[in-house]
Amino acid sequence: MPDLLVELFCEEIPARMQRRAATHLREALTGALVDAGLTYEGARDHVTPRRLTLDVRGLTARSADTTEERKGPRVDAPEKALAGFLRGAGLASVDEAEVRSDPKKGDFYVAVIKREGRSAEEIVAEAMPAIIRDFPWPKSMRWGAPSAEPGALRWVRPLQSILCTFGPETEEPVVIDFEAGGIRSGNVTRGHRFHAGEAFTVRRFDDYAAELEKRFVIIDPQRRKEMIAADARNLAFANGVELVEDDALLDEVAGLVEWPVVLMGEFEREFLEIPDEVVRLTIKTNQKCFVCRDPATGNLTNKFILVANIEASDGGAEIARGNGKVVRARLADALHFWTTDQADLPDLEKYRTSAEKFDLDLKKPLDQRMAKLDHLGVTFHAKLGTQGERVARIAALAEELVDIIADAMETDLAPIEGEGAELRDLARRAAHLAKADLTTEIVGEFPEVQGAMGATYAVLQGEHPSVARAIEDHYKPLGPTDSVPTDPVAVAVALADKLDLLTGFWAIDEKPTGSKDPYALRRAALGVIRIVLENGIRLALAQHHVSADLLSFFHDRLKVWLRDKGARHDLIDAVLSETDDDLLIIVRKVEALQKLLDSETGANLRVGTERALNILAAEEKKDGAGAFDRPVDRALLAEPAEKELANVIEAVAGHVDDHVAREDYEGAFAVLAELRPAVDAFFDAVMVNADDAKVRTNRLAILSGLRTVTRKLADFSRIAG
Amino acid sequence: MTAHTSIDAQHPTRSFQGLILTLHDYWARHGCAILQPYDMEVGAGTFHPATTLRSLGPRSWKAAYVQPSRRPTDGRYGENPNRLQHYYQYQVILKPSPPDLQELYLGSLRAIGIDPLLHDIRFVEDDWESPTLGAWGLGWECWCDGMEVSQFTYFQQVCGIECAPVSGELTYGLERLAMYVQNVDNVYDLNFNGGEGDDKITYGDVFMQAEQEYSRHNFEYADTAMLMRHFEDAEAECRALLAAGAPDDASNAQLHRCVLPAYDQCIKASHVFNLLDARGVISVTERQSYILRVRDLAKACGEAFLMTDAGGAKPG
Repeated sequence: MPDLLVELFCEEIPARMQRRAATHLREALTGALVDAGLTYEGARDHVTPRRLTLDVRGLTARSADTTEERKGPRVDAPEKALAGFLRGAGLASVDEAEVRSDPKKGDFYVAVIKREGRSAEEIVAEAMPAIIRDFPWPKSMRWGAPSAEPGALRWVRPLQSILCTFGPETEEPVVIDFEAGGIRSGNVTRGHRFHAGEAFTVRRFDDYAAELEKRFVIIDPQRRKEMIAADARNLAFANGVELVEDDALLDEVAGLVEWPVVLMGEFEREFLEIPDEVVRLTIKTNQKCFVCRDPATGNLTNKFILVANIEASDGGAEIARGNGKVVRARLADALHFWTTDQADLPDLEKYRTSAEKFDLDLKKPLDQRMAKLDHLGVTFHAKLGTQGERVARIAALAEELVDIIADAMETDLAPIEGEGAELRDLARRAAHLAKADLTTEIVGEFPEVQGAMGATYAVLQGEHPSVARAIEDHYKPLGPTDSVPTDPVAVAVALADKLDLLTGFWAIDEKPTGSKDPYALRRAALGVIRIVLENGIRLALAQHHVSADLLSFFHDRLKVWLRDKGARHDLIDAVLSETDDDLLIIVRKVEALQKLLDSETGANLRVGTERALNILAAEEKKDGAGAFDRPVDRALLAEPAEKELANVIEAVAGHVDDHVAREDYEGAFAVLAELRPAVDAFFDAVMVNADDAKVRTNRLAILSGLRTVTRKLADFSRIAG
Repeated sequence: MTAHTSIDAQHPTRSFQGLILTLHDYWARHGCAILQPYDMEVGAGTFHPATTLRSLGPRSWKAAYVQPSRRPTDGRYGENPNRLQHYYQYQVILKPSPPDLQELYLGSLRAIGIDPLLHDIRFVEDDWESPTLGAWGLGWECWCDGMEVSQFTYFQQVCGIECAPVSGELTYGLERLAMYVQNVDNVYDLNFNGGEGDDKITYGDVFMQAEQEYSRHNFEYADTAMLMRHFEDAEAECRALLAAGAPDDASNAQLHRCVLPAYDQCIKASHVFNLLDARGVISVTERQSYILRVRDLAKACGEAFLMTDAGGAKPG
């Protein structure tokens, strides 16, 4: 069966758009082929900075003839209905329709529409112009003389030629002829821009790919990627260093070249004084080069790896030298930022007021940066005030939280330096410096190093290790897989940062809706949940400005998180009440309930309790809700089983309360399990709905007691059977 | 690329002016009118009316010129080897963009001594936008061995008006390019005239003092109250000129008669804004509103230009 080859050749496509574009071409064209009744054995897309290629194998040469029957109105239908039927079916008159009989409906018209199969060439020639015209580039443009006219073709960058050949392996393929934006399809393409720019004729995919490779073009992006990765590792190894892998960068670089040539460049060792992460980001972001580390120490070296697009006539010496020059200039900027950030700001006097506000020492560089942040009055959010005001709130909250946290965590702190330094002081200090790096030069250049940079500068000016750790970790966790802070001071600032964000946006009614969450409030709430749970911290959220509505948002996020962790959704609902504001307790209850239900006793207790709850619900429909919430009348207890159950409930209730008071939920559920024999015996021996109304009410009161005692821990009616 | 004494002093690898002369020669041969710099302070070559206004309307246009460009905030008192508050852009505008524009550009690199089989030339995504001109386009930064040496843009919109047809714009950073082909690390060490020994004039000889003085002016001395008045004046004058020259049935004027002088005032407002920005007297919120005010002027000028002969309007 014949093969189809399509290539759309244009000026350089941005690397980030290439993969998706190639996929779209494949899906759109194969989709159109299948819709038109063709089949194919396989389709593969390729992409380089200058071409989108699609290779379809084993395409049927023609679509099959088809017959469609369309039912029409009865033969005696009004004129209007007939006319509509004829128009819809494309018939000139009723003579062209068949008449069929139906025992129920009588005689009616049927249009038999025969469609002849179409050739694959015809189908492709029809589909391609529309695919090109409607191509979903993230950004597209017009160009050249045709752009003077309305409706001119838009493409990511000027489209230069279209190649489209079709034919079986044994025969000479044909060009499928069509036109898009004034460009006529053909069987010609070009090789590498500098090595083999002249046009050449293509027959089918095999000679296309082979011929292009001879002309310095590797069309498979995955192969370019693998070549770069392998060559880069080898070149690094040969030079006694180790490549610092970066898959995103590798992807991008593979999209910038048709013919990857890996080279090594160098810069002066003095730049290694800059923190490794800043060196890496400078070289990656600005120059799209890889850095290398010393395999022995793991520290960065002064070697970097670049990927060129040509086999240079001098073996790449000039290219490596030129790139080295640019990297050096960039690192000189970074070094300038790094030293500037550690030097005094000009006009320190004007920061006096801000410094007093935050107990800052204007002799220290990071303190100066915080004073500047406050002094500049940088807005955090129009309705939530400045960054300075926010820092003040975070500091107050962090101080409030840190003792609670330290008690709960029982972590050994690093020795506290200086006299009279206490946890609260550390938390306040850390909060005051947490945002200071936002006004440093390096964070201005590379926002992604916020926090980490602040911590580095904090260490350099001799801050307490917990303060530095808190500055670095207070943004954490940044997602479901990021680590959570564990140092109590860091935990306090991280929680304060997130709670301030959440309570602030809740106060001005800017909550996430649907897919819109511009301030990443869901992430902040999940951050609070994970920090609290993973550190085992008891924290009553309601005591820290969390409103009922925000609490229910926390409940929702907690459910999502627990469900993702494999907890049963119904168990969370069973233990959760609207006012539960201690996330750790909620989770412990869920775990204890799960444990109970996993035992045979627990499973049976659930069945018995559910039966009791169903009976109560049914009887309450007759007598009214709460009709049986009354003390059990001992005098009316006749059956031993009902006496026993009433006694056990009373005993268990006391014990459950004791365990709950000690926050021993596993113990509490174990006590609850003691109800099981009495519940089973009760239902075996006692008829609840006795003839005597008083006896009935009293027995229902026993069940109501059972409901009350179980609800101390969980609502059993919400547990799925 | 070492400079050989055997080659001409006006070779682009020997002198800054040689680089300019070579580009002039190249683009003249490709049909461009070689214009002179616009005689006003501008932030980039794009502000020259030969680009901003001529990229509007249907008429074909080809021009190339050097434009001294001023970025007051980039002043470094002559102490930074790469940054200048006054530098040169080489600007080429071709309307409509020819189908072989990339090849033409690469030809110009060859002409100035950059061999694309020795140097790694790349077209790296860069979407260009000028908020003050209400203009945007798609194109690339052109890299030579990892260094950005040019901007390559297909204008889509200028003065808030769709370009029909689209122009191709090339902007070369002349100092950077010269530093590369002359192989010097400090802009002030560039050989300006190609002379050697006592005959040599460097870029520093020409511009060092100016960089120091203008840095003082931009950051310290410029009278901000006066500049604010100048901004208001330029804005008012721009609008007044556009109103005065507007088509008018009474005087039987079918075309606009005063666009270019009005556009000068728009350029002036833009430069004054840049100076005020460098003096640090414009707050974040005010900044946006100044940009919008300049853009409104540019838009009004662009719309008026379409009512002129050069803008493709025909009387009657």
